[in-house]
Amino acid sequence: MSEGHGADPLHIPDAPHRPGDEAGFIEWPWSPEDLKRPDVDCDATETASMAEGLVRVLGDDNKSSGHWDPKLSTEEMKSGLEYMMRLRIFDDRMMKMQRTGKLSFYMRSYGEEAVAIAQTMALKEQDWLFPTYRQPGAQFVRGRDMVSMICHCIGNEMDNVKGRQMPVHYTYRDGRFISVSSPVGTQFSQAVGVALASDYKGLDEVTITWIGDGASAEGDYHYALNFASIFQAPVILNVVNNQWAISTHKNFASKNSNFAVRGLPYGIPSIRVDGNDFLALYSVTAWARERASAGLGPTHIEVLTYRAGAHSSSDDPSRYRPSDIHSFWPGGDPIYRLRDHLKEIGEWSDEEHQKLSDRIDSEVMAAYKEAVKFGDLANGPYPSSDAIFTEVYENPPWHLEEQWDEMKRWRDS
Amino acid sequence: MMPNMNMVESVNNALDTMLSKDNDVIMFGEDIGYFGGVFRTCDGLQEKHGKHRVFDSPLSEGGIAATAFGMGINGLRPVVEIQFADYIFPAYDQIVNEMAKVRHRSGGEFWCPVTIRTPAGGGIRGGHHHSQSPEAQFTHTPGLKVVYCSTPYNAKGLLISAIEDNDPVIFFEPKRCYRGPFYGDPHNVPTWSGHPEAEVPESHYSIPLGEARLAMEGDQCTVISWGAMVHVCEQAISDSGVSCDLIDLQTLVPWDREAVVKSIQKTGRCVIVHEAPKTSGFGAEMAASIQERCFWSLESPIERVTGWDTPFPHTTEWDYMPGPDRVAAAIAKTQED
Repeated sequence: MSEGHGADPLHIPDAPHRPGDEAGFIEWPWSPEDLKRPDVDCDATETASMAEGLVRVLGDDNKSSGHWDPKLSTEEMKSGLEYMMRLRIFDDRMMKMQRTGKLSFYMRSYGEEAVAIAQTMALKEQDWLFPTYRQPGAQFVRGRDMVSMICHCIGNEMDNVKGRQMPVHYTYRDGRFISVSSPVGTQFSQAVGVALASDYKGLDEVTITWIGDGASAEGDYHYALNFASIFQAPVILNVVNNQWAISTHKNFASKNSNFAVRGLPYGIPSIRVDGNDFLALYSVTAWARERASAGLGPTHIEVLTYRAGAHSSSDDPSRYRPSDIHSFWPGGDPIYRLRDHLKEIGEWSDEEHQKLSDRIDSEVMAAYKEAVKFGDLANGPYPSSDAIFTEVYENPPWHLEEQWDEMKRWRDS
Repeated sequence: MMPNMNMVESVNNALDTMLSKDNDVIMFGEDIGYFGGVFRTCDGLQEKHGKHRVFDSPLSEGGIAATAFGMGINGLRPVVEIQFADYIFPAYDQIVNEMAKVRHRSGGEFWCPVTIRTPAGGGIRGGHHHSQSPEAQFTHTPGLKVVYCSTPYNAKGLLISAIEDNDPVIFFEPKRCYRGPFYGDPHNVPTWSGHPEAEVPESHYSIPLGEARLAMEGDQCTVISWGAMVHVCEQAISDSGVSCDLIDLQTLVPWDREAVVKSIQKTGRCVIVHEAPKTSGFGAEMAASIQERCFWSLESPIERVTGWDTPFPHTTEWDYMPGPDRVAAAIAKTQED
């Protein structure tokens, strides 16, 4: 018989901080001047420094600088700020409604508001978005009405997915925002197919998709990198490393603390970006879009951020991490960073910020009041349960017709 | 007096019992280590038994199943959790093509004593992907045993048997019943407190796989169910006023044919209830087998009450899940001459 190796077998990682521990992070060594913006036709190996470092534009002094500065207009930045504020205020309102039983469930994007918003703003309107449940903010950029979003979350009569999916599992075809699915990671490899279809049709459409650090352990992540690389798909593959998958720390998703570098051996140009830096996110995404649009294939991006809130309304992170830990994140708060930059360049003030916040707050409240006219989860009315049977197939086969009739007899009796 | 446990506690107690009893038992899955699982079924087990015995895994159901397979064929007895049964499908290849067949394909030289625990079923507003009850996708796979518990008492006894079994077992836990029996009324869900099936011994005990539980006894109809629907059937039987045997199947593969045949020979009538879709559901297998064995005893056609052949809805789930009214009507229908 072979010998065991002593009292403490198996290497099991842990999270760096647990409840009761003093929270803190190592200070970031990266600054906006570090990295050059490579030519879009560069080879994967030329992006190694981007993958190993961190692309930043907004410095600790609230100024923008460096080769990656996208030089956005004040109006573009203000627009980005407004979208992010809208998302946070919207999320807070929805979470309150969840607590009062008006929604079954909710998930906020707290701390990650910049991700989908900056990235979607850097794309063109014909580009496809294949999101997870943590990128609802992209819909604001694509013009979705808040009433419609709330009706989905409530699952009322006006829910465009007809009460079928859990809240936050949005579908918004008009905005090319593809349907969100609960099983994590599936969209990542599907997005490669979406991108290849655009390529096949000869259209200037790029597909962007996101996956979490946790879900990057699913096979779909690796399928995506391999297929995208082999077929040079016009796709932007983002790993949103927010450090946590419910209670599971990213140390259980990768032995290497860096996710970006995983794209390099697949031959995909790879970049790590400060996910709370609106300008850096915008810039990196615009670069990736330019590559994809020019037929140069995929880009792999690690979006380095922190899930400041709970995974969902069903989660209590104080059970597995210090409750104040997000306030120590070196990347700060994405909204405050862009706000402070606008103030730094003399284009924004605390008064304007408050005024905008108040306006959005009343718009969200008005949208909520409008939405509940079509029903709420606690009191109805609900979407017709006929929707259980429709769109299962293009046309219901006989056995569904029969069961549908049976359901109606019970429902209407 | 025995302690009163809900199903979360009795599952936890079964796992604790087996971790204490057998050093080859090892547990991993998403969020089950430090946090103790999203439904709390593994609460405190890592602290008590050590990080090397109870740990978090990457979010990779295929990886979880494959790793459990490897540990299983090399002498351990892994008990892994798939957080929701809806998320078991990335592991399907490993379960169906690997775990289920390794004993056979290796001429008996390797076997895989893995237990895969997974919360299943609807009634929690979980929509498409937190509500499914995919037992039939596994009963159709030779080499797997399939168990579906329904009460705190049988959860512990069956789980211990599953862990001690030398074949791979898929162990479904009806999440709707973790904290109380579910009688079909979402506005009135009692806790397990005071329920006789919530009296759970602290010590080791087991319920043999393949044995059904006679949950109610009667002589006019045989109602067969498993999981959360057992309690819905209990309500329906009492609403119907018909004297029924209620058979809680507990194990679907291998199922207790003898108990079913004996009951139907007595009652001559049968209703099968499950929340999974009808087409190719396990009720179809039951009905076919019953007519093979009991054709001359049957006095009326076998009724099936099931979920519809559609995805599981979110806001309108009570129009999807079989309720006591549908089950009671089916019982009444079997009584027609």
